[in-house]
Amino acid sequence: MTLPRWVLAPAALGALLVLLPLAAMIGRVDWADFWTLVSSDSSREALVLSLRTSAAATLACVVLGVPMALVLARTEFPGQTVLRSLVLLPLVLPPVVGGIALLYTFGRRGLLGGTFEALGVQIAFSTTAVVLAQTFVALPFLVLSLEGTLRSADPRHETVAATLGAGPTTVLRRVTLPLVLPGLASATILSFARALGEFGATLTFAGSLQGTTRTLPLEIYLQRETDPDAAVALSLVLVVVAVVVIALVRRPRGGAL
Amino acid sequence: MSLSITLRVEARDVELELTVPAGETVAVMGPNGAGKSTVLEVAAGVVPADPGRVVVGGRDVTTVPTHRRGVGLLAQDPLLLPHLSVLDNVAFGPRSSGAGRRRSREVARTWLERVGLADLADRRPASLSGGQAQRVAIARALAAEPEVLLLDEPIAALDVTVVPEIRHLLRDVLADRTAVVVTHDVLDALSLADRVVVVEDGRLVEAGPTTDVLARPRSAFGARVAGLNLVRGLFHDGAVQASLVVVGESSEPIPEGAAAVAVFSPAAVAVHLRAPGGSPRNTWPATVRSLEPLGDRIRVRTDLVAADVTPSAVADLALAPGVEVVLAVKATEVALHPA
Amino acid sequence: MLRTASVAAALLLVLAGCSSDPDDETLTVFAAASLKGTFTELADQFENDHPGVTVELSFAGSSDLVAQIQNGAPADVLAAADTTTMDQAGDLVVDPVDFATNVLQIATPPDDPAGVTSLQDLARPGTQVVVCAPAVPCGSATVALEKAAGVDLRPVSEEQSVTDVLNKVISGEADAGLVYVTDVRSAGDAVRGVELPESSQVVNTYPIATVADSPQAGLAQKFVDLVTDPTGQAVLADAGFGAPPS
Repeated sequence: MTLPRWVLAPAALGALLVLLPLAAMIGRVDWADFWTLVSSDSSREALVLSLRTSAAATLACVVLGVPMALVLARTEFPGQTVLRSLVLLPLVLPPVVGGIALLYTFGRRGLLGGTFEALGVQIAFSTTAVVLAQTFVALPFLVLSLEGTLRSADPRHETVAATLGAGPTTVLRRVTLPLVLPGLASATILSFARALGEFGATLTFAGSLQGTTRTLPLEIYLQRETDPDAAVALSLVLVVVAVVVIALVRRPRGGAL
Repeated sequence: MSLSITLRVEARDVELELTVPAGETVAVMGPNGAGKSTVLEVAAGVVPADPGRVVVGGRDVTTVPTHRRGVGLLAQDPLLLPHLSVLDNVAFGPRSSGAGRRRSREVARTWLERVGLADLADRRPASLSGGQAQRVAIARALAAEPEVLLLDEPIAALDVTVVPEIRHLLRDVLADRTAVVVTHDVLDALSLADRVVVVEDGRLVEAGPTTDVLARPRSAFGARVAGLNLVRGLFHDGAVQASLVVVGESSEPIPEGAAAVAVFSPAAVAVHLRAPGGSPRNTWPATVRSLEPLGDRIRVRTDLVAADVTPSAVADLALAPGVEVVLAVKATEVALHPA
Repeated sequence: MLRTASVAAALLLVLAGCSSDPDDETLTVFAAASLKGTFTELADQFENDHPGVTVELSFAGSSDLVAQIQNGAPADVLAAADTTTMDQAGDLVVDPVDFATNVLQIATPPDDPAGVTSLQDLARPGTQVVVCAPAVPCGSATVALEKAAGVDLRPVSEEQSVTDVLNKVISGEADAGLVYVTDVRSAGDAVRGVELPESSQVVNTYPIATVADSPQAGLAQKFVDLVTDPTGQAVLADAGFGAPPS
C-alpha cells in the first residue's frame, strides 16, 4: 500500500511530540554531577526498591494473569464480556483512583484490612502495599496482551496433544504455554515496565518512605521539590531502564527467545 | 478394537451412526460441510455426541475426555509442536502416558525408523519438508499406540510429488488397524479403506465395500465423484488381471501377484462395432446392457464396464441393448492401485 | 507544508484555551495549596470590589509555583507557604511581605485509636505516624519541631504534601500525622487536632509578592493590599492562620 504523502506530516509531528520532550530533558542533565546525583543513598535505594517491587509485581502478574488470560481466551461463560471489561479497567483508570480503591480494600479500615490485621499482616505503608499497587495497574497489561496471543494460537495443536494422551495440565504445560512463550515474554516485560513506572496508586495507597515504599518515580517527584537536577538525572535513569525494557520486548518478535 | 459412533449434534444438524469393525478402515466421504469432520470430532471427544454414544472396543467412552479415549488423530496439517525436536514430537505420546524420557525416546526412534526418518530425529519441525512433516506426524500418532486412528484428509495438503509415498506409508500402517479416514479423494478411499460411507447434509446416505460404492454409487455425491470403472484383480505383468486384462499406469510400485484395482473414467472408454485400428492397449469385446442419458452424454452400460459417448455416436453405431461392441481404452487413461 | 503546520499549531493553541477577551482584566494569582480556602474567599471579594476583573487562582506546592514562574508562567501575584521558597523566586518577584503564619498540629482520626495527646506519644513504638518529607516545607518544619521538642519520630511514611498526610489520617491508615493547624481546621470533623506547646518555636511564615513581569502591577498590588489589610487578615485568622511577625 502506498501511503498518501500528507500522512507523513502528522506522523512526524506525533513522533516529535514524544521525542522532543525526552531530548529536552536529556539536554538539561547536569552531566558533571550526574554520577553523584544518581548514586546518593536515597536514589540508589529508590532504584533498588523499584526493581525489587516491580519484579515481585511482575511475578504476581504472571501467577495470576496467565490463568486469567487462559480463562478469558479458552472458555465461554455468561457475563464474560462484562468481566473482561471490568478486569481491564485499571488500564483506563487514573492510577490515583486505583490507589483509593486499594485503600478501601486493603487499608486498615478497608474491606479486608481488619482480616489482615487479625492475621498480623500490616499492608499499609509496607513494601507489600507497593507491590499490590503495581500489580493492580500492571495485571491488565499482561492479561490483555496474553489473551490476544492465546486467541491467535492454533487450538488444533492442543487437540492433537490430547489425542496423544496428554491430560489438560500436560497440554497446558507442554503445548499451550510453549506455543505462546514469545507472547508471554513480551506481556511479562510490558507489565514489568508498567509496574516500574507506577506512581499514582503507590503514592495514594502505600505512602512514601525511603527504602520501604519510596520507589524511583516517587523519589523523582520528591527530589523535584528541592533538587531539580537530581530529579532530571533520576528521570534519565528511569528512561534508560524503560528503553532497555522496550528493547527486550522488541527482540522476541524476531523469533526464538 | 472396533469403533462404534452414534451421534446427534443439533447445532450442526448432524445425525448418524457409524461402526468400524476391528482391523478395518472406513472412509467417510461427502461434499464440504456435510458433517464428515463432525464424525471425527465426536470420536475424538472434541465435540460431545449429544445425545449419542461412542464405543471403542466395547468400552463406552462417550463421557471420557479426549486424552483417555485411546484415539489418535492425524490431520491435514502435520501440526508438529514447533518447540520440540522431531524425536520429542514423536515421543510426546509415550511421555504423556507416563513412560520415562529415555523409554519414550526409544519408542519414538523405532517409529521414526518405521517411517524412514530416523536421521532427522534431532531436527526442528520448521526445517522439514511437507512430506517429511506428515511422516513425522504419522509416526507420532502411532507411537501413542491408539486403539483407533482418525485421519482427517491426511493427504490433501501435501505436495503432489509426495502424495504417492505418503499414501503408500498410510496403506502400510493402516493394514490391520481400526481407522476412520475422512477424505474427498476417491483414490484415498480406494487405496486405504475397506469400506466407504457417504455423508450428505449430516446424514449417512450410503455405505458398503469401497469398490461397490465407488463403482455403483447410489448417492448424488457418489455419482459425482465416482461412477468410475473399477476392475479389481491381481497384478501381473504391469496389468490388473481379472475376467479381463487391464493395462495401465501405476503411481506407486505394486508387487507382482498382489491385489490391485484398475480405475478409469467412463469418458475414457471408446465404443466400436469392430476392433479399432491404432494401438489402444486395452480392447475388450462386450455386450451393451443399457443406455442412460447423463447430461449431454449417454452412458452405455455393458456386461464389463461403462462408457460415456455422445448421442450422435449412439445413433451412428445404432447402439441398443444386446448389441455386440468392442470397448477400447488407452493405457495412459487407466490408473492402477494396490488394493 | 509549513502553512499546514502553523494552522495545526494555531488549532492546538485554541484548543488549549488560550483565548482572551480585551474588555475584561484577568489577575492571575499563584498561591500555596494551604491557602486554597482563604484565597478563594478573598478572590471573590476582590472581584466584587473591582467589577470587570476576574481573578484566576492557581494552587500548588510553593516550589512548583516558583518553578512555573521561572519557566515563564503568566502570574501576577505569588503567595508562598514559606520564606525560603519565596527567596528562590529572587528577582522574579517584587518586595515580598509576610502576611500570615502557620504552626504544626497533630491530626488524628476522630476516634484517636492510638490515644495521642502530645508529641512524645507519637514516638511510641507501634504508633503509625505520617509526616511530610523533609524536602518539602512542612517536612522541614516537622524536623525543626522534632529538634525543638527533643523527640525522634519514626514515621511510616514521609509524604509529598500536607494534603497527602491529612488524607492518610482521614482514611485511618495512620494513627497520627503532623499537619498545619489550618489543615486541621479545614478538615472539620474528619480529624481531631492536638495543639502542641512546642509549635511556637517553629513558626512558618507566608510571604506574598507581585511578580516582576506582571503587565498589571497596579492591580496585582491591590490584591496584595487586600491580603495584608484587616479584611484579609480576618479571613486568614478565621481559617486558623496566625498574624504575621511584626
